[in-house]
Amino acid sequence: MIVETGHYALVLALALALAQFVIPFIGARLNDAALMRVARPAAITQFLFVALSYGALTYAHVVSDFSLVNVIENSHSLKPFIYKISGVWGNHEGSMLLWVLVLSLCGALIAVFSASMPDRLRADALAVQGLLGAAFVLFILLTSNPFARVAPAPWEGRDLNPILQDPGLAIHPPLLYLGYVGFSIVFSFAAAALIGGRIDAGWARVIRPWTLFAWIALTLGIAMGSYWAYYTLGWGGFWFWDPVENASLMPWIAGTALVHSAAVMEKREALKVWTIFLAILAFSLSLLGTFLVRSGVLTSVHAFASDPDRGVFILAILVFFIGGALALFALRAGALPVGGLFSPISREGALVLNNLLLSACCATVVVGTLYPLGLEAITGEKISVGAPFFNTVLIPIALPLALLMPIGQMLSWKRGDLAAALQRLRIAFIVGVVATAAFGAWYGTPFLSIVTAGVAIYLVIGALSDLALRVRGSSGRASLKRLAGLPLSVFGTSIAHAGMGLTLLGLAATGWGVETIVAMKPSSFYDVGPYQIGIDSVSPRQGPNYSEVYAVMAARKDGATLATIEPAKRFYQARRMARSEAGIVTLGLGQVYAAIGDSHEDGTVDARLYWKPLVTLIWIGALIMAFGGGLSLADRRLRIGVARRAAAPALEPAE
Amino acid sequence: MTRKGKRLTLIAGAMAVLGVAAGLMLFALRDNIVFFYTPSELAKKQTASGARLRIGGLVKEGTVVKNGQDVRFTVTDKTSDLTVSYTGLLPDLFREGQGVVVDGVLQPSGGFRADSVLAKHDERYMPRDVADALKKQGVWQGETK
Repeated sequence: MIVETGHYALVLALALALAQFVIPFIGARLNDAALMRVARPAAITQFLFVALSYGALTYAHVVSDFSLVNVIENSHSLKPFIYKISGVWGNHEGSMLLWVLVLSLCGALIAVFSASMPDRLRADALAVQGLLGAAFVLFILLTSNPFARVAPAPWEGRDLNPILQDPGLAIHPPLLYLGYVGFSIVFSFAAAALIGGRIDAGWARVIRPWTLFAWIALTLGIAMGSYWAYYTLGWGGFWFWDPVENASLMPWIAGTALVHSAAVMEKREALKVWTIFLAILAFSLSLLGTFLVRSGVLTSVHAFASDPDRGVFILAILVFFIGGALALFALRAGALPVGGLFSPISREGALVLNNLLLSACCATVVVGTLYPLGLEAITGEKISVGAPFFNTVLIPIALPLALLMPIGQMLSWKRGDLAAALQRLRIAFIVGVVATAAFGAWYGTPFLSIVTAGVAIYLVIGALSDLALRVRGSSGRASLKRLAGLPLSVFGTSIAHAGMGLTLLGLAATGWGVETIVAMKPSSFYDVGPYQIGIDSVSPRQGPNYSEVYAVMAARKDGATLATIEPAKRFYQARRMARSEAGIVTLGLGQVYAAIGDSHEDGTVDARLYWKPLVTLIWIGALIMAFGGGLSLADRRLRIGVARRAAAPALEPAE
Repeated sequence: MTRKGKRLTLIAGAMAVLGVAAGLMLFALRDNIVFFYTPSELAKKQTASGARLRIGGLVKEGTVVKNGQDVRFTVTDKTSDLTVSYTGLLPDLFREGQGVVVDGVLQPSGGFRADSVLAKHDERYMPRDVADALKKQGVWQGETK
């Protein structure tokens, strides 16, 4: 009964989503306040019904209701409780329902936090959000129904793919979706601004917190997914340039550009047309990602099962929304008023350059992802485009971008002084050059890692010296007081840029990693970088729904044991499938990483051992970036709801 | 600078950045892409040795020979065979008779030196390349939808 209620709630959510689109949209055209007022309760109720539906599916998974096809295929009565909950989104149908849940949540958030914005803007934005919701709920109901029953119900389920039975899965998809789908809010506001023909700094003030919110979630989601891949796949890689990963990287790059261009628009009323375009682009790339992952065009760990009907349906949604938004953009963008002027050497100029470089990065990822698909569709020739392609193109674009980031922070709005900015960065330059020389002397090769690491150090120092310079001249407590008086968004920028620098340093250090593959004999030690790894014992063990062989290894340096690690090889009975569980220990900022293969009768074990210096910085940097974003989001001046008081006088029609 | 001048600077800058990016991409696409073949396609193509390739097929039954970390096996698509050598740990799901994709370089001897071996991930998931190769050869056993 609960399951049927969930299914019915989803149908009701579809009806509500359609109402949320039609009624406020007509209301906004007729300027009828009563009709426009329907938008907010409709959005909130739609969310409640989708949540009810989602709750029903979760309930079926938790109680192992094997009369549901979705539960049979992805659950097992012995599966640990946490994976019964996260297993709801570990399959195509459930993950689409999560997508829709986040989408309707975004609609509800707009409804709750939009008390102070113009009625028509809110009505149009919620109407677009409603249309998006209707399209995706319809997609679930017609092609991917998670509530399908089967009779007679089997006694046991087929279990969740073992690769997905991991705490990482409990966190990664919800965060990623919050980011992906969070851009729908910005998209809806962009469409609403184009429909209404009104756009100004007030609009930028409305979308900037939402952009930051989506960007933070996406940053954390990507970092989480990359760490998950790193420790579960047993290869020690954290990014594979898999099209599915690229699908999340594309909206992240576009979103990063948007965060910056929205700042320009808010402060200086410039770059209006470009900001609107980026707002459309960020969510379009999210939709493209959803299409790639969910349509069966690609097969990977992320693509659960392929079905051509689904692909065609999502493609239709994609074409409709992206095409519609771009058509609206083409029709209306020309009529938007031209914004403030600025000289090429200024904060605005630097942010334009940032946007150009980021666009080039984004285009590279799009080409590298779609080119093999296009080529195969046209010629039938199959190729793979991997790390060599992306490294060749992205590094020459990303390094200048990293060099420019602190310079941009030092320039003032409207008209800046480049020589003075460079002068203020001299300490960062000097430290960067010294660091490059030191890395070069210490490691010798590879050249690219050394240069990248030097640039990364310069970026961290340069980004933070903006804070130091702002309080220079006063001493002790006075400077602390001035520091406390700085707007949070200034801290946000510096900290986020420094986080980028740390990630870059972690990436550079991958060039200094050590990898060995050895048949490990008991009680002998093997060199891995500065450490020696030895095996103490190999024994079997029984888990809740798997059995495993695990090894106890010791990591030593100069004869002293620093840590023990336990890599394991697990076998999941229900799917007759094996999976490696890497043994990882963090020493300083680097990690020793071990994965085991077959064990032999004479006690030797095949193992893959790695030393990865500074590798944790990749994810620590991402966390710091997200924290910086959070500080900006918390800035009083950007808070949602403050928008109108500041913006109201600035509203102007777009004639 | 006039408004027109500023706009021109902006457009010129944009063109320069995008031009450089496009140039880099074309350069990288020429040198860094890897073609995927089945053993019989490879036999037909007469590819020169030394080329980086990706080969997909089944691990032929009874051909896996392990010597410490060195492994030799034959990849087949039931029409043509290719001998592959590899040093290192094989993936968890590497088994005789199962789908596999190998990345590596074609040797002058006609054999293939792999530097990475990918195996089928579970009963439902296999690398798309392998699935396509098996479908082409009519030995596909998975779901057909």
